[in-house]
Amino acid sequence: MLTAILAIAALSTSFGLLLGYSAIRFKVEGDPLADQIDAILPQTQCGQCGFAGCRPYAEAIAAGEAEINRCPPGGEAGMLALADLLGKEPVPLEDEGAASKVKSIAHIRENECIGCTLCIQSCPVDAIVGAAKQMHTVIASQCTGCELCLPPCPVECIEMVPVKTTLSTWKWPFPGADDLEKAAQEQRQ
Amino acid sequence: MSEYALILVSTVLVNNFVLVKFLGICPFMGVSRKLETAMGMGLATTFVLTLSSVASYLVNTYMLVPLGLEYMQTIAFILVIAVVVQFTEMVMHKTSPVLYQVLGIFLPLITTNCAVLGVALLNTQEQHNFVESALYGFGAAVGFSMVLVLFAAVRERVNVADVPEPFKGNAIALITAGLMSMAFMGFSGLVSN
Repeated sequence: MLTAILAIAALSTSFGLLLGYSAIRFKVEGDPLADQIDAILPQTQCGQCGFAGCRPYAEAIAAGEAEINRCPPGGEAGMLALADLLGKEPVPLEDEGAASKVKSIAHIRENECIGCTLCIQSCPVDAIVGAAKQMHTVIASQCTGCELCLPPCPVECIEMVPVKTTLSTWKWPFPGADDLEKAAQEQRQ
Repeated sequence: MSEYALILVSTVLVNNFVLVKFLGICPFMGVSRKLETAMGMGLATTFVLTLSSVASYLVNTYMLVPLGLEYMQTIAFILVIAVVVQFTEMVMHKTSPVLYQVLGIFLPLITTNCAVLGVALLNTQEQHNFVESALYGFGAAVGFSMVLVLFAAVRERVNVADVPEPFKGNAIALITAGLMSMAFMGFSGLVSN
């Protein structure tokens, strides 16, 4: 009787210590999956996915509430990286146009600008400089082309200008879904 | 070696825990609505069942038997299973968040799966050694997962079939389970000792 009580007590205590130790040892800060997804997203905070920024979108993907194809700045390469991380099937980008759209940046027609500062407030990357009643302009090297400054402008003086590829700016294109398919087929043969 | 193969075949097919021994019926009916969740549950159960049958073998051989406390098996095994499940959940949450996402909600459910306790108790009853215990647990889990996935696939088909009104829902599922169980009885002639 006494041995039984002692034995079970000893067993429970050792298991309790083991669990207590592993609770500290394997402690998880926040959601590690959301962190990994957040690292893949481009951090433009543009909100084109319908969420308030990259972090909320990453958390929604981690919780299984959002598709992985809603990030136009990340493009097809970003979507493929997410699909790879989560073990999901790649899906075409939700915004069909965005996938094939030429990379472009915002340009303010400066003689029409009334200096209202509305576009400065809407820019997620602070790529617009200017002050109240002074004309504004876009820092071309900082602009991500997210188009968030277009709707607030009261005089519609902002337009998207396609970025011309020159010899110094040309890059190899990112591998898309078609390229991966082709590579896989070649490997099979 | 052939003895080990025999244990595997016998637990997976001949003495299938769900359809022949009728253990673990609750998750069998509960998580078989969708193929995806059935696979998740099968994976999680395989993991926990193998681990817990080994752990309860160790507790039984090195603690309960030397102290003459065999009558405490049930309580001790429940304790072991609960700890193994909890521990697995913690480690998985840390090391593989993706897997945790797939299996997360099923892990705590396994604590109350009677097949897990059944395997531990049957292991001591049949006086298996260490390797046999591990194989017995693994075979039972593979059998459980296989039947669960098969049943989920059948249920997905039945859902879109033209079932008479009074049989719709759980009724037809129970009948299907009964038919599957009868089909598995056919394996009983497969191995003769």
